[in-house]
Amino acid sequence: MNNPLYRKHILSISDLSRSDLELIIQTAAIIKHSEQSRFLENKVVASCFFEASTRTRLSFETAIHRQGGSVIGFADSGSTSLAKKGETLSDSIKMLSGYADAIIMRHPQEGAARLASEVSNKPVINGGDGSNQHPTQTLLDLFTIHECQQRLDNLTITFVGDLKYGRTVHSLVQALSHFHCHFNFVAPDALYLPEYLLEELEEKNVSFKRVEAFEAVIPETDIIYMTRVQKERFDPTEYMHIASQYVLNVSMLQQAKDSMRILHPLPRVDEIELSVDETPYAYYFEQAKNGVYARQALLALVLNETVEET
Amino acid sequence: MPSKMQVEAINRGTVIDHIPAGQGLKIVNRLQLLDNQVRLTVGFNLSSGLDGQKDLIKVDDWLMTESEANELALLAPNATINIIEDYNVVSKFKMAIPKELIGVFKCPNSNCISNSEPIHSKLSVKVNQDRVQLKCHYCEKIFSKELFPEAY
Repeated sequence: MNNPLYRKHILSISDLSRSDLELIIQTAAIIKHSEQSRFLENKVVASCFFEASTRTRLSFETAIHRQGGSVIGFADSGSTSLAKKGETLSDSIKMLSGYADAIIMRHPQEGAARLASEVSNKPVINGGDGSNQHPTQTLLDLFTIHECQQRLDNLTITFVGDLKYGRTVHSLVQALSHFHCHFNFVAPDALYLPEYLLEELEEKNVSFKRVEAFEAVIPETDIIYMTRVQKERFDPTEYMHIASQYVLNVSMLQQAKDSMRILHPLPRVDEIELSVDETPYAYYFEQAKNGVYARQALLALVLNETVEET
Repeated sequence: MPSKMQVEAINRGTVIDHIPAGQGLKIVNRLQLLDNQVRLTVGFNLSSGLDGQKDLIKVDDWLMTESEANELALLAPNATINIIEDYNVVSKFKMAIPKELIGVFKCPNSNCISNSEPIHSKLSVKVNQDRVQLKCHYCEKIFSKELFPEAY
């Protein structure tokens, strides 16, 4: 299998082409349906979480262990001597790149992963840099959409909730722009997509529309991508009013296509009623599980010149 | 009324002319960062048939390159650079907005890694009709030019 991702830094979803994305999805599907994959044997991967993110870290570390690799690293830089001794990030990364075959890093500041890639002679995988990018979340979202729809082209995807601050939505919208999808955006004014992203969609001639009535577009939708409206962005009364308009319940799904699926990056608060979990449309826990397969695929491709089906 | 030079001629150096009035100090600031020994003469709010009022900077014994000039293009897009040798203008060019600015402006995002590590900022420039936007290489955020009031 031709592997253009070998030894490549994975920093931003916009660095990946359509064929790169397809390769990762295809590899994740192979790994998910294999008895075992041992693509990381004899590899040491540094898992460097300069800020805590339990879900992402455990998903990455599971992906490494399941493929026979070893992990070094830390779960929070507060528990290391790196920050206390005042070392620059550049120096910390240079040091780590001498130890490990690849570096996974999460950092509270935007651009940290790109800077790390400029000083590291080993591939850097961005596990989230501040409010900027979190490409592996997007990869698992794409893998999940492909898995449940058997394609990524020509889908209608309805994004609901906080479309302004959620980097998950921004990156997924950018990645799906390669695939001729139609987007519906359902959000209050205060949480609508940022201007730069709308301009980007217009430049790329992507089909999208803003929708007031969420329920009205469910029958045409292939994927509902729900997000959490964060309480801290509103005063309590305003929050109750806004949040109540962006809650998905079972009665709204009566006209949905049989193949429609609901995704959510989790954690959920109350934007998807618990009763929805029992419907065939709920796919968010499978989506979370797919995080491990998508990360396994990415690590296998970055650390192996060829990745052959076992 | 006899014509009179508003600023004395120089033997060798660079004259930056037609700077929009009020922008001169920002350019002086940048020039001093490029070379803190540089000898400058500055004229503010000089009369100009072309612009109404303009600022003008003369730099003695220092020849500005086109790439150095382009770094200042966001501050004074219509300024002209005159390279002087032996009291004569030997080269004259306009500033052109460059594709990339390295180490010229701080990224306005205070949480960008370029503001806390010992590295140069790196901003790519996008011109869309009359609108100039800058995108940070590190934090990937896009800013309008108005958010960059000062060079470093």
